[in-house]
Amino acid sequence: MAGINATRLVKEYPGGVRGVDEVDVEINDGEFFALLGPSGCGKTTLLRSIAGLEAISSGQLVIGDRDVTDAEPGARGVAMVFQDYALFPHMDVADNIAYPLRIKRVKRDDRRATAEKVADGLSLQGLIERRPGQLSGGQQQRVALARAVATRPDVLLLDEPLSNLDARLRLEARTFLKELQRDLGVTTVFVTHDQAEALALADRIAVMKAGKLQQIGSPREVFQRPNNTFVAGFIGSNPMNLVPATVSAGAIAIGDAVSTTLPPGTEDHVREGQSVVWGVRPEYLRWTTADEPGAIAAEVSVVENLGASVLIAVHVDGHKLQVVVPEDHEPAPGDRGYLVPTGSKTLLFDAESTERIG
Amino acid sequence: MTGSTETVRKVASNTTVRHYLARVAFGLVLTIVGLLFALPLVWLVLAPFDATPTLSLEWPDWTLDNFARLFQNPYAMRSIGNSLLLGVGTMIIVVVLGALAAYAMSRIRIPGRDGILYGLLLLSSIVTGTAAMVPTFQIITSLGLINTYTGVLLVLAGGILPTVIFILKDFMDSIPKSYEESARLYGAGPFRILRDVVVPIARPGLAFIAIWTIVQVWGNFLVPFILLRSPDLQPAAVLMYTFYTESGQADLRLISAFALLFSAPVLIIYFVVNRRYGFRFHGGIKS
Ligand SMILES: Nc1ncnc2c1ncn2[C@@H]1O[C@H](COP(=O)(O)OP(=O)(O)OP(=O)(O)O)[C@@H](O)[C@H]1O
Ligand SMILES: [Mg+2]
Repeated sequence: MAGINATRLVKEYPGGVRGVDEVDVEINDGEFFALLGPSGCGKTTLLRSIAGLEAISSGQLVIGDRDVTDAEPGARGVAMVFQDYALFPHMDVADNIAYPLRIKRVKRDDRRATAEKVADGLSLQGLIERRPGQLSGGQQQRVALARAVATRPDVLLLDEPLSNLDARLRLEARTFLKELQRDLGVTTVFVTHDQAEALALADRIAVMKAGKLQQIGSPREVFQRPNNTFVAGFIGSNPMNLVPATVSAGAIAIGDAVSTTLPPGTEDHVREGQSVVWGVRPEYLRWTTADEPGAIAAEVSVVENLGASVLIAVHVDGHKLQVVVPEDHEPAPGDRGYLVPTGSKTLLFDAESTERIG
Repeated sequence: MTGSTETVRKVASNTTVRHYLARVAFGLVLTIVGLLFALPLVWLVLAPFDATPTLSLEWPDWTLDNFARLFQNPYAMRSIGNSLLLGVGTMIIVVVLGALAAYAMSRIRIPGRDGILYGLLLLSSIVTGTAAMVPTFQIITSLGLINTYTGVLLVLAGGILPTVIFILKDFMDSIPKSYEESARLYGAGPFRILRDVVVPIARPGLAFIAIWTIVQVWGNFLVPFILLRSPDLQPAAVLMYTFYTESGQADLRLISAFALLFSAPVLIIYFVVNRRYGFRFHGGIKS
């Protein structure tokens, strides 16, 4: 068991692209840690750098109490599940699971016994003699997991382990993965571009963009108090509404006609006339037909059904906002009404630095 | 009204007839071409058992005498052994070196890699050909390898390797890198990875290369003919060239019997391998 500590980690590809740019991250022993970000932000690169499959350009990497910056991949105590699972097509499930043990020169019978035990633990009974080509996607994923945990690694790395599964199976596998991680207590780093997956699984999340870390925090922290507009827009199943505004007379002015109150705790950090971005999640806006104090006039343009609720797009003085409305109360396109923000849940960002204010 | 249906019918029957004739003509052409190819093969099977074979195809005057005479020739059977030795020797060199080189070529980034490969491929077709006969002879002489198998093996393997590397590289390119990376993470070194992962997956390609090499060497006349002096070192393809009667005529009785023996091993290899591997080659050729 071991934690991971990266200091000013840089991975520069030939040609000058920085896949990972000055990343500082400390992952605790036994933690379930998610690397989250849009495509091409460097999640895989960071994961592969931890594994040793990419040579680190500069910075330091410590796993447990060992500096492994220049260590061979095989000498780091890490196991990894690849996005394509990388199961050897010419070996059956048992041999696949036992392959790491074969390299460690474990005797054939012991290998077999371990492979069977691990396979049982991952509900792969009865599949042990099949070839990977004869398994479903979900089964392949479990075989890959079994192979990774068979050697009891200090660190388990997962690169988009669920992305090859269909939506329903993904939910199942998600629960399964969480249980497995808790049972083994192994430090786990997993890569995903699905924010819902990260929120559901991880103890802590690191959000990345263009090789740089944007924020590290618990799912609650990154959801409720995103560091900047990028994280705010990325986290949440419906992206946060981010509206350009200015600070005017102790309130937020959106365009000429509309204004709303400053989010709590930001009063002392803003100056008159400052350009800001006002952020509010669609869930924290209430739609009403009657004007009330602090309400914002809006006009409905699109109505999307989400099942138990309805997502409506509204226009506020030329800006588009999204609002989640409970079913049965949905307005129709063209309706005029008012938005009431839940004041304590709104956020304010500086327009220039995009950082959160307060 | 009736007239027009009549015409339609006539036209229709006309096209059927034409269609039919075309098919017959096509079949006829194919039969002739097929026969042209089959006749030498029939000769190959019949002539060895004919007491007086000629170059024309005729019903044999059955006998096994030709084979009896062949076995009395001190070099005949040995030359088949020599051919096998050269074929298998070249095959081992080519498969081992070809696999290593192709793997390296596939996985390591060298600037101008494809250029190197194409250059080698182009040059190799010259190396073993007639054009390079004199320089090849001179190089092997100055190396002191004339009349040795080492010399023949070097030249044969050198000529075949570029093609093999080219084919195998394509094959290995199609093996996902994640297999090897996964093995590396578990502590496997490069040779271990080659043995456990790359070779088993590339096996159909390697089998094809092995057979193809043996067949190439088996039929190669020029290289051993130039580089070998002693009659007891000659492979079968060269030995056949020495079967003359006292009067200086080609000895068809020996040649026909020997030709049958000469073609047998290649046919056997082909059938065995075809059954085992079916010459599956999908991994190497990208569609
Ligand atoms: N071998 C390479 N050579 C050069 N640049 C690379 C290489 N691999 C990745 N990159 C670049 O590094 C950046 C990060 O890539 P990476 O694969 O880590 O992204 P990612 O976050 O995993 O994306 P995805 O979600 O699409 O898998 C990208 O801009 C990519 O183009
Ligand atoms: Mg990736």
